[in-house]
This record gives sequence, C-alpha cells and structure tokens, in this order.
Amino acid sequence: MTPDGSGMDEKKNERIAELKEHARHMRLTSLRMANRCGGNAHLGGGLSLIEALAVLYGAVMNGPGLPYGEKDKFILSKGHGVLGFYAALAEFGVIEESLLDTFLQDGSDLIAHPVMKPEIGLEASSGSLGQGISMAAGLALAAKKKGYTYQTYVLCGNGEANEGSVWEACMSAVNFRLDNFTLFLDNNHMQSDGDSEGVMNISDRYTGILKALGFQVIEIDGNDIAQVYDAFMEPHETGKPKAIVGNTVKGKGVSFMENNNDWHHNRLTNEQLQAALQELEAAE
Amino acid sequence: MTEITRSKARLWSRLGARAVLGQALLEAAKERDDFYVVSADLAQSSGLGRFRGEFPDRFMNAGIAEQNMIGLAAGLAKDGTNVFATSFSPFVTMRACEQVRMNMGYMQLNIKTVGLGSGLIMAQLGNSHFGIEDGAVMRAIPGMTVVCPADGAEIVRTVEALCDYGKPAYLRLTGGPGLPVVYEEDMGFRIGKAISLREGKDIAIIANGTMVHYSLKAAEILAEQGVDAAVLDMHTIKPLDTEAAEAQLDKKLIVTVEEASIVGGLGSAVAECLAPKKNKPPQLMLGIRDCFPHAGSYAYLLEQCRLTGELIAEDIMKALRN
Repeated sequence: MTPDGSGMDEKKNERIAELKEHARHMRLTSLRMANRCGGNAHLGGGLSLIEALAVLYGAVMNGPGLPYGEKDKFILSKGHGVLGFYAALAEFGVIEESLLDTFLQDGSDLIAHPVMKPEIGLEASSGSLGQGISMAAGLALAAKKKGYTYQTYVLCGNGEANEGSVWEACMSAVNFRLDNFTLFLDNNHMQSDGDSEGVMNISDRYTGILKALGFQVIEIDGNDIAQVYDAFMEPHETGKPKAIVGNTVKGKGVSFMENNNDWHHNRLTNEQLQAALQELEAAE
Repeated sequence: MTEITRSKARLWSRLGARAVLGQALLEAAKERDDFYVVSADLAQSSGLGRFRGEFPDRFMNAGIAEQNMIGLAAGLAKDGTNVFATSFSPFVTMRACEQVRMNMGYMQLNIKTVGLGSGLIMAQLGNSHFGIEDGAVMRAIPGMTVVCPADGAEIVRTVEALCDYGKPAYLRLTGGPGLPVVYEEDMGFRIGKAISLREGKDIAIIANGTMVHYSLKAAEILAEQGVDAAVLDMHTIKPLDTEAAEAQLDKKLIVTVEEASIVGGLGSAVAECLAPKKNKPPQLMLGIRDCFPHAGSYAYLLEQCRLTGELIAEDIMKALRN
C-alpha cells in the first residue's frame, strides 16, 4: 500500500469490479433457472436483490464450514427472492451449481420459497412475509446471550414491510441493542399489485422511520455494488441495529423486466431468455 | 424431578395453573441452564415474576407483540436451545398462529408455547380472552405436540417433561387458583401416554385439563345410578394415545369432555382415532358447543356450558337412555 492509501483504493476497486462480475453472472444464472424450470418464477423481486447478495456472500459474510456460533447467518425474509438467493449460493460455492438444475422440479430442495436446510445454506424456511426479521433478531439476541461471534443479516422487501410483524421485529432489534444485526431493505418500490406508491405509499420514508425507531440507517442505490459494499462495511454504531435502505429496481438488469410488474411472477420463454442474456452479456 | 406430596399438590392447585407454571420453570432453571423464557409482556401474569428476578439473563420480553415473540424464540432456538414462550392462549395460538406454523411446525424449532388461562377461566374478561379453539388450532399444525394437564401436580410434571422434550409443543393451561386436585402423588406422567384414573365396565370418559376432575365427579354420580364409568386423563391431545382410546371400544358409550370447543379438540382427536373401527360404541362429545359463551363468573360459565360433574353426569344419562 502506498502512504496515501491509494493502494487500498486500488484493491477495493478490484474487489468491486469482481463483485460486479459476480452480480452479472448471478443474473445470468437466475434467468437460466427461471427459464429452465418451465413455469412461473418470481423474476422481478429475484433480480432487484442481486447486488445485496453478491456483496454479502462475496465480501461480507464468513465462509461455510465454521462452527454454529461463528458462522454468519443470513435469512431471506422475502422468500420469493430465491432466484437471486440460490444463484448467490451457487456463485460463491455454498451449493453445487448442478443443484440449480433442480429448481422447481418435483422432489427438489430448491422450491419457490426457501425450506430450511442449513447444510445447503438455507438457514430458515420462509414464504410467509414479515417473519424472517423476528427470527434474525432472535439469532442476534442469541449471539449476545451466548457470546456467539456470528453476525446476522436479513433481507426484507418493501412490499413485505406492509406486514406489522416487520415493525414488531424492528422495535425489538432496537430494544435489545442488537449491533450484530443488519437489515437490508430491498426497496424496489413495487409489490404484487403494482407500484408501492399506489398500494402503501411510504416507500420513500423508510430511512426516517427506521432512524426514528433508533436504527443506524444508510440509504443507498441498492443496485450499485460500490454503494452496497460501503454500506455493509460501515461498522455498526455501538448498541444500534443497522439498516441499509437499498433503493433498487424490480427486474433490474433486463430492460423489458425493469419496473414492469408483469415480471413479478412469470414464465420466461426461450426467446425472452435469449434477449435477456444478450442484453446482460453486452453489459459486460 | 420435584417430589410430589399431598401437601404440595394441594398448595399447587390452590395457587393455580399460572403460578405453578412460574414455579416449575423457576425450579427447572435452578437445575439446568439450557432453556430461555420469553413472554409478550405477561411475565407477571404468567407467574414468572420471580423467574425474571432470579434469572434476568434467561428471560426476555418481546413486548405486546406475540408474532415477534415467536420469531425471537425461533432465533433463540435455532441452535437447539429450548425456549418457552408464554402469553394468554388466544394470543399465542391465534394472533401468532402463522409464526407458530412456520417456526414450530414447518421448521420444527425447539419452542414450547404456553397458553395461559385457556378454557373459560378468564371468565369476566370475555371471549376475547377465552381459549376455546386453541387446542384445535395447534393440533391442526403438522408436527405439533399439544398437552393439557389436569391439575397443579400434573402441570409440574408436564413442565419437567417439556424441558427434556426436543420438539415443539403447546402447553394448554386450564383452570385458575383453586384448581381441583386430581393427583396427590406421582402419576407417572409421560407425554403421549394417557393415565387411567378409574376402572369401569359400562362407559369410558376421556377428559383433560380441568375436566378430568369434573369427569371423576360425574363418574361418582353415575355409579350411584348404576353406571360403571372408567375415567382416562388424556392429557396429551397430540400425539394421541391411540392404544388407550382403542381399549375403550368394548364400552357402551365413549364420552369426551374438554374445557374447549367440541370442534377440533380432544373429542375430535378421539373420534378421528376410532372412526375406522368396526362395531364401535357411539361417542358423546362434551365441551363448549360451537358458541361464544356469555361472559360471567367461572362457575356461571361452566354451568352454562354444562361442564360440571352433575351436568356431565346428566348428559351422559340422557345419552345412555337414547
């Protein structure tokens, strides 16, 4: 490293470039999974969270194989975000890439919402919205009580945040001073019935709400790898849970899916897959 | 294991279900450090005031937020730790039903939910606080164990058993202070194993919770009228002791009695077990008859729902005459 620290910057820039490439590859993987399954898949919400999971699995969380009390925990509370999640598990070696071929096939461990199986990186069953944040808070609380060193991360959707239980969990994360807990809010401003602004019009207020509750809050462009990286790397303020409000784009990376709710849950045809892949490959 | 003596059994029953729960958990905590207790702002009402005072690191208040309480318990239980989560029965079983279903059913995390004041004991507080569907709702969730002990001594044994039970369970507590005493000595309690309290050749009464006592009373009245009734304490609604239920097939009548709705609870569990059997006796299902009873004193409610010894005996005699 040079005395002015530019060597560090260079190293970080390299890391960011690698993570961007991982994110791009995760999108390709997600689209192929969606196409191969032959049925509907949650594309929009699976693509908006790609950068968050690329950074979490690629740079933030410690590796698998560690004892329970040391291994960082991740809960996908918006369970329908599996396309990006399973892609991340394969991208960073938690599961074999071949397992992705089983997505939505009868008997597979990889169904449309995660089913708890820690040995393949699935820490919790989800699919019923608004529940993962409480469990994550409980995991962080258990670490405090037992001296476990793991960090707990939970990813919640903005539509999911309509659920009252999300806020029950947030209150208790503040109350229990969980500075080993990080909430990433995948704020793609859409939900099943359309724009969140037209369903529950508070999507621009999460930072204020979470700050008022007592969270350390960082609001970023959640599809910008460098911003996501910096937000996760920002140390916790003592005694405070951290929230990253990531403003994202539903269907991010594929122009015909972006901000188009037809892709909330849809089937991706071969032709559409080819068009999407071409676009992503051109973005290299 | 706490020794059960006549005087202790009487004291426990005088204290009532909630205080006994608190005392049993306090005793367990003195002997083992492998469980936590969470509550949704009902530590005092759960009889857990002393527990909280003596073991502050092992007690957590989730706030008046039952859904979050179950989620927090799930995170605490993820490494296998046993977590007791307590609230009034409708709130822990129905307000947080889906959290129970996901975390305890689907994920099979080691949580024990405790439904306080189940049945009709909340008397004057009204149906918002009554636990008439809780057992049925919990029983419907795959992988749940549901236990409803008869008196103070059996509550102590149930709590002890649940401390060693590595699976999710719902503990349904009926009755209040002045709980009638059923057991004055050790009853050999085992989860899933019914206890025969009275032999009888004519009919069988299968009950749990407070209704065990009232069924014994009914059996005494029936004896005076020449009906020899067996009484079973079926404290575990799920998994049901099917062997004990099937052993009653030679009776003229099978009666189930529960301080709960007759829809989906103990009576239903027994009926589901016996339905495929040939040449079976009819089953009389006694309990709250698919209604919200009018609030009032506990005695008034039991009377209204025909759940006293005299009224149970009367209804059984009526069924035998038909």
